[in-house]
Order: sequence, then structure tokens, then C-alpha cells
Amino acid sequence: MTVDETIRLVLAEHARLAVPVESLTDDTDLFGAGMTSHASVNVMLALEDAFDFEFPEKMLTKSTFESVAAIRAGVLETTGG
Amino acid sequence: MSPRGSLRVGLDLVSIDDVADSVQRFGDRYLTRIYTPHEIETCRMSVEVGAPEELAVDSLAARFAAKEAVMKVLRPVGMQLDWRTIEVHRTAGGWCEIRLSGRAAELAVQAGIDELSVSLTHEAAVAGAVVVGWCAAREWRAG
Repeated sequence: MTVDETIRLVLAEHARLAVPVESLTDDTDLFGAGMTSHASVNVMLALEDAFDFEFPEKMLTKSTFESVAAIRAGVLETTGG
Repeated sequence: MSPRGSLRVGLDLVSIDDVADSVQRFGDRYLTRIYTPHEIETCRMSVEVGAPEELAVDSLAARFAAKEAVMKVLRPVGMQLDWRTIEVHRTAGGWCEIRLSGRAAELAVQAGIDELSVSLTHEAAVAGAVVVGWCAAREWRAG
């Protein structure tokens, strides 16, 4: 499974979006698509499980989780991918 | 702003089922990334005398709502505060107050917020909190 596929799987299960994950572009604002702050915490923890790492403190910002592209950048930066 | 100061208000609602799901799914990782040891301790209670203590997810949900409501009062730009720097502290009298630390405390100072007051509530499915921040007028603003 690719990084993008894993991210979208996590979003489908935890983000509680008001729209189908399939409709998201790389840059769709996830908070605008219905993800609450509490759901973003679940997304963060589920991503850590899926990729077996822990987001560093400096990346725990709203912008890290605002879109598929932003999450991908954060995952790749943290895992060195 | 009035001559005496200004108010900021934050309000948030959280689904109690969502918090219960997070506790179930992520356990201590969820609890320790979001809540302070004091908050976790004050959310443990027995439903009956002599029964083992359990986590009250409705109280946890109310605390999460309070943290988000404080965020709305502090208005951080382009950043997400560490949730644990905003603590709902239960006093000996039983009511709750907000205690800030780290970056959250710095933001409050920058915004001139002198006092925060919180009210928590929860019903069958939803927990909520309202937070009011009081910014007293500074002498340099007078005139």
C-alpha cells in the first residue's frame, strides 16, 4: 500500500469527514470538509500506528493535518521517506 | 473595548461517543497526549460505592471541549497548542478553573488576558464548555 493510500484509509476511518474520501484532492481543506479538532487527534494517532513513528512536537500544528498533501509531507519528513 | 476592558468568549461541543471511541481505540496514548495527569485523575470515579474506579468519558469530553474553547479565546495563528498546556483544574470546592502553561500561557499574556472562567456541561450524547476571557484595559491604552 502506498503512503497516499494509507493516509486516505486513515482519513476514511478516523477523520469523520462530511464528504467521501474519494472526493478529496491533495489540497482539499480537511477541516473545511468536516474534520473536527478531536477527529484530527485520532487521525494523528492512527497515522502514527500505520507508519510506526511519532510526530515530533514541532509538527503538531493544525497545518500538518489540513490536507492530504500536508499530511504526506509531514509523514515523509518524519520517516525520512 | 470598553474603558474597563474587553471580553473574549469560546464555546465548543464534543461528542461523548467520539471520546469513548478514542479511549477504546488508542488507550493511554490518547489520554496522555491530550490530558494532564490531574485531568485523568479527576475523571476517574466509581459509579457505585465500593465499585472499581472507571474513566468517566463524559467528563473527559467536557474537558476536551474546554480546551478547544480556550483555543478560541487565545486565537493562536498558524499553530496548534499542546493540548496539555491547557488544563481544566478541579478545585477542592468541586468547581473547575483553567490553568495555562507553556505557549498557551504566553499567548494569554500577549493577548492581555488576565482571567479565564469556564463552565462545563454534558448530556446524553454531547459535552460542552464555554470559556470567557477578561482582558483588562491597560494604562497605556487610556486616553
